[in-house]
Amino acid sequence: MDIGVVVFPGSNCDADTCHVIRDVLGHRAQYVWHEERQLAGFDAVILPGGFAYGDYLRAGAIAATSPVVRALREYAVAGGLVLGICNGFQVLLEAGLLPGAMCPNTSGQFRCEFVHIRVERIDTPFTCAMTSGQVLRLPIAHAEGNYYADPPTHQAIIARRQIAFRYCDPRGTVAPRANPNGSLDAIAGVASRVGTVVGLMPHPERASETVLGSEDGRLVFESLDRWITAGGFPAGVPVSAGAGAEAG
Amino acid sequence: MQTLPVTDLLAGTGLRPAEYDEICRRLGRVPNRTELAMFGVMWSEHCAYKHSKGVLARLPIRGRRVLQGPGENAGAVMVAPGWAAVFKMESHNHPSAVAPFHGAATGVGGIIRDILAMGARPIALLDSLRFGPPEDARVAPLMRGVVAGIAAYGNSIGVPTVGGELMYAPCYRSNPLVNVACLGIARADRLATARAAGPGNAVVYLGARTGRDGIHGASFASAELAGDGRDRSAVQMGDPFTGKLLIEASLEALASGAVVAIQDMGAAGLTCGLCEMSARGGVGMEVDLAQVPRREEGMTADEVLLSESQERMLLVVEGGREEDVLRIGRRWGLEAVVIGRVVPASLLTVRDGGAVVVSLDPKSLAEAPTYSPPASEPAYLHQVRRIDPTTFPIAPPQPALMALLAAPNIADKRWVFRQYDHMIQTNTVIPPGSDACVLRLKEAAPVGLALAVDGDGRRCYLDPYVGGMLAVLEAAQNIACVGAMPAAVTDCLNFASPERPEVFWTFREAVLGIARACEALGVPVVGGNVSFYNESDEAIFPTPIIAMLGVLKDVRWHATTGWKRDGDVVVLLGGGIPQLDGSEYLATVHGVVGGRLRQPDLCATAAVIQCAADAVAQGLVSSAHDCADGGIGVALAECCIAGGRGARVALAAGRRPRADELLFGEGVGRILVSASPSHLPALLRLANRLAVPVQVLGTVCGERLIVGVDGDGARGAWIDAGVADLARARSGEEEAPR
Repeated sequence: MDIGVVVFPGSNCDADTCHVIRDVLGHRAQYVWHEERQLAGFDAVILPGGFAYGDYLRAGAIAATSPVVRALREYAVAGGLVLGICNGFQVLLEAGLLPGAMCPNTSGQFRCEFVHIRVERIDTPFTCAMTSGQVLRLPIAHAEGNYYADPPTHQAIIARRQIAFRYCDPRGTVAPRANPNGSLDAIAGVASRVGTVVGLMPHPERASETVLGSEDGRLVFESLDRWITAGGFPAGVPVSAGAGAEAG
Repeated sequence: MQTLPVTDLLAGTGLRPAEYDEICRRLGRVPNRTELAMFGVMWSEHCAYKHSKGVLARLPIRGRRVLQGPGENAGAVMVAPGWAAVFKMESHNHPSAVAPFHGAATGVGGIIRDILAMGARPIALLDSLRFGPPEDARVAPLMRGVVAGIAAYGNSIGVPTVGGELMYAPCYRSNPLVNVACLGIARADRLATARAAGPGNAVVYLGARTGRDGIHGASFASAELAGDGRDRSAVQMGDPFTGKLLIEASLEALASGAVVAIQDMGAAGLTCGLCEMSARGGVGMEVDLAQVPRREEGMTADEVLLSESQERMLLVVEGGREEDVLRIGRRWGLEAVVIGRVVPASLLTVRDGGAVVVSLDPKSLAEAPTYSPPASEPAYLHQVRRIDPTTFPIAPPQPALMALLAAPNIADKRWVFRQYDHMIQTNTVIPPGSDACVLRLKEAAPVGLALAVDGDGRRCYLDPYVGGMLAVLEAAQNIACVGAMPAAVTDCLNFASPERPEVFWTFREAVLGIARACEALGVPVVGGNVSFYNESDEAIFPTPIIAMLGVLKDVRWHATTGWKRDGDVVVLLGGGIPQLDGSEYLATVHGVVGGRLRQPDLCATAAVIQCAADAVAQGLVSSAHDCADGGIGVALAECCIAGGRGARVALAAGRRPRADELLFGEGVGRILVSASPSHLPALLRLANRLAVPVQVLGTVCGERLIVGVDGDGARGAWIDAGVADLARARSGEEEAPR
């Protein structure tokens, strides 16, 4: 696969993401400069973590108005696969490509630690190699990861199965103690209705090698590879699931 | 101007009348106001090391790995074929005392640029912090601000903060210490230099604009704090976003091959960059301040020359290739302009538009006079050394252990390091919380690097020579526990005013102790920093901080603190003799700082270090942890807490039957390991070959720590505590106290 990794001024997980795609998994990855206006040709585009444009104003707010995000919107509407990690997720929210918003962590502080998340949806390009309810151990590193959606939006994303991941304890139970930032409904990741755009706060690229303490993050990239190799929505149930989500 | 008395002329410059005379002698005329201000900052203690240079010359700086010793922006050592590790530590004590958040943040930014100036990509940060007692109302906001500042800058700039240490003592109440170390990695044949060369080459300004912040910052760091509003304008403001852009732009510029020399504009700003780069290269420069990008209107030449605005680098670029570098800078959204040219003569000419404002030999600025201040042994030493800890009552062991685990100096520091991104760049193999951190090197797999920072102000207060040695040995033990061999040291020496003979004596003794221990271990000191004048209400303990770099041949073979498996054998490597003098037990349980420190056995300690490092690297042990603050009692508890399992051990009383001495006595030369019974024979053979004494203490098992003493069944166990209770005692504060 050939993945575009967007570089905003202030992105700082771009190299880590490319390292996993290229050196760990042996695929192609290219940096995409924030002034780029053309994304066609990539199998998927990843918005990596960091502090795009310094995250001044609000996390992701300035990046959402950049040329590359305008191009990304067209790319996503045309069915392109988009993954936002941490700051990339924040950018997708600010750009309106995913529903909801981020508030500062309830602790008021930056948090860097391993957490557990439960897979809530497996019919997306970024989760199709996982099993439903599977628990992943991944690190978080953010100050604004407290996901929020107003009640109607919250009801809608539940109805449309847009919650991709929830924070949980090691056994998979969603509990307040296992929620590191105060996110509504313990939401750690969100998908678009068809599932082609996914954002999550934890960093899969930091947990893709044994030497770093967890390989669970590889599943995100391996899902993508499987999806692309299979040529998109696999035959059978997921197609109707995707279409159903779009209609609902 | 010439008619003013010299004392008026010198007001605010920090220069002494004798130094003024020396300036006049060197120039062959009186300096103008701008020149005098430049001498003031360049001849400040912070920039010139004028009181410390003579003593620092005693440190060993050579070694087979050394690529760059002291003299450039940071030291460099070869860590794998073709790869250099570049590292340095610096203080930002005074700014952090006045403006904790920005002071600490710019401390991070400043040290990162020193690493960048060597052509290395910064890959890790560590910090060593000292504060007054955490329950003090003045300390809490200071501490919160410093931690938040380090987090804000380090997290945003994308360099992980992988370790550090934090200690408390009343003497740091008004003088917090904020020492930050940075590690970078570079191709050994592409290390950059700060030596200007090539007449006609361009002098290029790269980075943020210049404002009025931080003017006289270097002079400010070279005197006691005034304690009023005047101190604040000397503090710089950092912008990590621009810092991140500067890292990428500088590395891209260096990769273009057009850059001849590079240096950051930190302390003393443009002045320092211009004169140090020229002086190192034996050339001169002609620059025009009118070209310098400014943040505000109406700045004078002095202000532009002395501003310590952050996130700025000064480059010498090959003539004809300027545009290549300027384009890179602009692409990253930075200011990038040619401000002058290198000239063959050793003459620095600075214009501000048309008028020449400075014309002098850069060497006269860069080579400040040095002093050998008088030194005399402080009187307090006789009192504190008269204290004999064995005259104090023996505290009941279990409550004492719980009190030690909860003591701020020993308690868990997770509330600090979870605010730092310690995983970015995906190299962190051992995160903060163990004896040392370990990073893998993607560029040179399977080689790994270990880093530890250590310092012990309390022991240096009791005996600076022994305390200096202990700081080095303790760092080396930490490095060994994760499976690395010590490779190099950078230090940050924090002291009160060197102009007081009793302070200078402690400085000299501490440096000699560091030198002696480094020689014994064969570890060179490749760089460092001195911070004097750390006294406002009271003087700080003499506090040398050691940052040590270690190398793991294969990073997959590393060890952490916690027990790994029930049934593993608990083994004590080394015959270091514990003592209560200067211990955390004496301070926490009896409220006393005193005693007489024994000189460590350097040969024996070096052997223990070698033994632990080899044992881990050969996969003979499951865990390793040195006995440090709180002695073997606390070390055992920490192994239990980190591993989530208990142990049953018996200590050999020998000729030291005091329970407190045996359990909580401190001293180097003792490392606690656990090993599977099948590996025990090989471990014993290794220890025997290195002449390291070994004691098999017991077994990892269950959920309780049970500690008894050999041949004393009558009294039963000294300690019998659940691991969960130990963990709760050590859990520390969830948040910094409010």
